Amino acid sequence: MPDSILVVVEQREGKLNRVSWETITAGQAIAAATGWTLEAAVLGASAGSIAAELAAKKVAKVYAVESPKLEPYTSDAFAAALAPWLASKQPKLVLMPHTYQVRDFVPKLATVLGRTVISDCVGFRYENGKLVFTRQMFQGKLAADVRFTSESPWFATFQNGSFRGDQAEAAANPAPVETVNVQIADGIIRNKPQEVFKEAKQAVDLTQAEIIVSVGRGIKEQKNIEIAKQLADALGGDLAASRPICDSGWLPMDRQIGSSGQTVAPKLYLALGISGAIQHIVGMKGARTIVAVNKDSEAPIFEIADYAIVGNLFDIVPPLIEEVKKAMAGG
Amino acid sequence: MKILVCMKQVPQKDAPLKLNESGTWIREDVSYEVNEPDAYALEEALRQKEKHGGEVVVITSGPARAQQVLREALAKGADRAIHLEDNAFVGLDALNTAKAFAAAIKDERFDLIFTGLQSDDYGYAQTGVILAELMGWPHATIIMQIEKNDAGIRVKRELEAGFFQFVDMPLPAVLTIQSGINKLRYATLIGIKQAKNKPLRKVTLAEVQPAFGENLQKIERLYIPQKTKKTEHIEGSPSEIAKKLVDKLRNELRVL
Repeated sequence: MPDSILVVVEQREGKLNRVSWETITAGQAIAAATGWTLEAAVLGASAGSIAAELAAKKVAKVYAVESPKLEPYTSDAFAAALAPWLASKQPKLVLMPHTYQVRDFVPKLATVLGRTVISDCVGFRYENGKLVFTRQMFQGKLAADVRFTSESPWFATFQNGSFRGDQAEAAANPAPVETVNVQIADGIIRNKPQEVFKEAKQAVDLTQAEIIVSVGRGIKEQKNIEIAKQLADALGGDLAASRPICDSGWLPMDRQIGSSGQTVAPKLYLALGISGAIQHIVGMKGARTIVAVNKDSEAPIFEIADYAIVGNLFDIVPPLIEEVKKAMAGG
Repeated sequence: MKILVCMKQVPQKDAPLKLNESGTWIREDVSYEVNEPDAYALEEALRQKEKHGGEVVVITSGPARAQQVLREALAKGADRAIHLEDNAFVGLDALNTAKAFAAAIKDERFDLIFTGLQSDDYGYAQTGVILAELMGWPHATIIMQIEKNDAGIRVKRELEAGFFQFVDMPLPAVLTIQSGINKLRYATLIGIKQAKNKPLRKVTLAEVQPAFGENLQKIERLYIPQKTKKTEHIEGSPSEIAKKLVDKLRNELRVL
């Protein structure tokens, strides 16, 4: 059997999580580089419709891995469904998106199989027959090339936004779909998940905002939020923040940008005193123009900024507010 | 409840990092601090103990410098500490780190093990989940609330895009704690004084080494990330910067 890559996609309540398309694109790119076969799998109580959706992409085969015990999601059921199946199927490489759900079960799954996960990758390279995964370290300040030193199956997860989901290649003819019925013994599932819900106070929708002024730790104190708000008001934009600001209660949680908050794509994103940890960047890197103000010239935010202002935000922002007001008044 | 909190010492957030000569790790002459989510995990353990009684034990691995995070935890109210002391622990992958911790606590009986949801250095977000599997315990990740009940605990999991979910689970269990679950306390002067007399057990590499094997993954190279975007620096006095930026926003980007 030739070496194969298996992409395990994520579904939520019968719908494909769109980040899965990025992982399909990643799988197609690795398959093209290595010559390995690409297959895809989806897990659920009933996974047929998503399997059909996947089969329209350029993959050799799609597996619908089914058991009524796979819904609602539990890490126990997912590991119990996948471990024996992967052990007999022996793919070379298993790819998944680095979602909260995958983070919850894939380290367990790999441990059951005595294998490892290179998690939160942003790319790969295939050189001289060696597959290397690239990932960010130290909150994005450094990058690393990491490779597997173990037997396959190898597990890797890709960070949201590392590949373009809309570039997943379509198939000339639909791929065959195979339903795999997995047995999950009684007593395997220990956790009892309740309904998924959204906090009622989640009222602010930043996803449609055209201009966002966002503050990070560099704002120092809660009372200093005011100057960011004045700038946002002058620009006719919305105020947002990185996680630590919301954790401190300086702004409500629904103003948080990043992996645990909102993902935004405004015309202008003005980052004030935000260092640019990965968890924040995944939420705003889609902005058309990013302006960053930070006193640390090595802050990772500058890696993705279109305009960099190295300096103290408390010096920069007050004259900026005045200039914006002048410009808006037509002056 | 008897709670173990796994803590890690990581380079300070603002610390400039330099690569070592072989380009495989950072130079160690930087300032360190406690991994932020681990500080929240400790705070949550202290709060659970204050509500339900019991004991809070903190554990870390790393060279002598890592003892600082244990001292701080003891000063904040942890009862005792375990230090897997050796520089070799810094280079272990998540599986081996979890195996070393499991070996170090094999004679203990905990009800709960907390970790931060991920570390600020490697950022793998795996050690807690792996540890649960090695212990044969259930786990839940990215936890924002913990309530004890008769059958075990009810936890609030953070999902993506502002969603949450309550999960009921039995004890013992491993939970990975999200930053912001609580408000951190400061160590008091009396706490710092008392910490000096609290027990700190040192575990050598030799004691736990039989429990783990070779790393299953390897960092080949560490480097400064290549820039993918062209960044224009705006320089000058604050008022010059303000004028230049507004000019660009207005005339080039047309967002004003």
